[in-house]
Amino acid sequence: MNAMSNPFFTRSGWLYLAILAAILLVVFPLALDPFRLNLVGKYLTYAFVALGLVLCWGHGGILSLGQGVFFGLGGYCMAMFLKLEASSPENTAIQSTPGIPDFMDWNQVTALPWWWEPFRSLPFALFAVIAVPVIFAFIIGFAMFTRRVGGVYFAIITQAVAAILTILIIGQQGYTGGVNGITDLRTLLGWDIRTNDAKTILYFVCAGLLIASLLLSQAVHVSKFGRLLIAIRDKEDRVRFSGYNVAAFKIFVFCFAAALAAIGGAMFTLQVGFMSPSFVGIVPSIEMVIFAAVGGRLSLFGAIYGTLLVNYAKTSFSESFPELWLFAMGGLFIAVVMAFPDGIAGLYNRYLAPHIARLLGTMRKRDAEGHSLANPAE
Amino acid sequence: MTHSRSRGAGFRMSRRQLMAGIASISILASAGIPALAQDKPPTSEINTTGLAVTDDTVTVGILHSITGTMAISETGSVQAEKLAIEQINAMGGVLGRKIEYIQEDGASDWPTFAEKAKKLLVQDKVASVFGCWTSASRKAVLPVFEQYNGMLYYPTFYEGLEESPNVIYTGQEATQQIIAGIDWVAKEKGAKTFYLLGSDYIWPRTSNKIARKHIEKLGLEVVGEEYYPLGHTQFNSVINKIRLKKPDVIYAIVVGGSNVAFYKQLKAAGIDMTKEKPLLLTISVTEDEIRGIGGENIEGAYAAMKYFQSLDNENNKEFVSEFKKMWGDDMVIGDVTQAAYLGPWLWKAAVEKAGSFDIDKVREASPDIELDTAPEGYVKIHPNHHLWSKTRIGHAMPDGQYEVVYETEELMEPDPFPEGYQ
Repeated sequence: MNAMSNPFFTRSGWLYLAILAAILLVVFPLALDPFRLNLVGKYLTYAFVALGLVLCWGHGGILSLGQGVFFGLGGYCMAMFLKLEASSPENTAIQSTPGIPDFMDWNQVTALPWWWEPFRSLPFALFAVIAVPVIFAFIIGFAMFTRRVGGVYFAIITQAVAAILTILIIGQQGYTGGVNGITDLRTLLGWDIRTNDAKTILYFVCAGLLIASLLLSQAVHVSKFGRLLIAIRDKEDRVRFSGYNVAAFKIFVFCFAAALAAIGGAMFTLQVGFMSPSFVGIVPSIEMVIFAAVGGRLSLFGAIYGTLLVNYAKTSFSESFPELWLFAMGGLFIAVVMAFPDGIAGLYNRYLAPHIARLLGTMRKRDAEGHSLANPAE
Repeated sequence: MTHSRSRGAGFRMSRRQLMAGIASISILASAGIPALAQDKPPTSEINTTGLAVTDDTVTVGILHSITGTMAISETGSVQAEKLAIEQINAMGGVLGRKIEYIQEDGASDWPTFAEKAKKLLVQDKVASVFGCWTSASRKAVLPVFEQYNGMLYYPTFYEGLEESPNVIYTGQEATQQIIAGIDWVAKEKGAKTFYLLGSDYIWPRTSNKIARKHIEKLGLEVVGEEYYPLGHTQFNSVINKIRLKKPDVIYAIVVGGSNVAFYKQLKAAGIDMTKEKPLLLTISVTEDEIRGIGGENIEGAYAAMKYFQSLDNENNKEFVSEFKKMWGDDMVIGDVTQAAYLGPWLWKAAVEKAGSFDIDKVREASPDIELDTAPEGYVKIHPNHHLWSKTRIGHAMPDGQYEVVYETEELMEPDPFPEGYQ
């Protein structure tokens, strides 16, 4: 198969894309009231992280248990901009020092710290949403991959980073809002982001960005780089001895996943209206890995559906059984891992995809494997 | 939870109540009949904003963590709120409507609180919400309540610096707890030097800031001030510093699980709190926390808050026995649990005064609502939405209860933005 150039999508791949776009852009907005639509929008922000994990973990074999760090950094950069806009001297007249964010005032900070200043500018904030997490990921990746730290050790280090960053944010509450996080965000350049109309628009922005990210991830996946990535996962040494700089590829995919997570974080802040350290720590980071695992860690589409499914289950279980829902969630995860290790996408490929492919008029097995699930090692 | 949908139920119900009233309390019948007849104003009049009110029921929300790290603290509040709702229903409900509740789990996770608060207000259209515990969860739901104009009854003693038109704060704000406590140790115990310590977040920091200002105002001295992350369990270094500085008072605002380690290590280090050298004064340890710490480890400490389970009055005896009847004999009741119990009652009083469930009318009616059936005695809502209440000093006994050794003569005025303390 390596001799053939990979098409961007197989025929069924285009069909999946059309279905996904129809669900996100037509079915949900028509079927759901603004409250539920906003919830779906929130779930979709996690799907950015899951997409990154499919490339980084599913294809590249780099398990990161610290994606919450990048989600959080992206979200915090956005939140800092929104908070400064919400803290105009008129809005904060009752504080001892008007014009600074309320939590700074509660913590006896009397002047805006210098590193908050640039976040008054939206272009800078948007740049920082991507740049800060990517630079951070580059530093971690550079330190780890050039030393050939991988596998479990890398996963443990990403966990440690998540823990450290949480402690840092909570400890520096005068500058970060501490456990409370950065709350009460109101407007984006004077546009009230709390109204139903604004939430609907933000939902479409989020869904659009997600589809764009999916296409970008697919582009990476079908490129020569995408194939090298799978080669690195399956036989790292062989790739290295062929003369490739394995570390550089790993750093790139790790940074790419970080950038996707950061976009998700920024969209989260916009749609939910606040950011707190509870998205940065170990538990949310592991949850994000579970989203990808439930969807199927090899499938970009699976990651999105997995994220939606798990979050929907979480919301509806907790509404119906406030006292038992955590057990139900635990049961779901165990069932998925034990019975369907390839997640939803694995089930689909096994039972449904062959029929769909036949309907589309191609009997070739390759196509039936759909949009990229083929694992060359198997 | 079942919603009665039958149309004529309202009328049948009131007639049945009327018959029962005449039959059982014939002496009071002359007073009872007009009251019952008025009990049922038409729904269209008392609910003009589309809240979940029917001819027979009114739906409220309960929003606490029943899973996660905060569950152990918040469970008591849920139980107290359910008890109050049950008692109000047994008395005939609010404006003739039985209270039904929708309970949501905040899962010790602030965004979840915001999501669930929004669900309760937007989808369930609840007439009020009893909930939240930590400041972080309150801060997370606050914009939601203000945007969708809901009403939150918040039970926890907290740092102040907040006064939302959409929240009634049924716990004490920081000055109420702190000033009376420090005055008392200064006057009764002759304390001159204080060592402040606490968990590292907004409530302990703000509280200690107020404490420090007040101590300095009295011409006394703070000899140390330290903070530890939530969940911290190694207090040996601060205990050594305390032994070195020999303060008269350790002022401790340690929160949650850290308490267990702190008091055990204090005892292990040979600081016997029953000797009161130094004396330990806390504003963060209720009877609930002592269950985890162990009564023998904290014996002799003092706590300044508005309610202790041992409070000796008729309201409280009744409350404690009803609470235990509903939730079991081994339950203890802390300050926050009692404050949570006040929520439904204060809401009921405000709705009845307003003659309406509309949020704006309830808010308008809330200032000066009094409750003389409160377990803590008498409370009254201040125009700033906090409660006038007395502050008491409890002395920790080895059985895990506090003995009340002092209470302020006057009700303390709530002052969430204290001048000169910021």
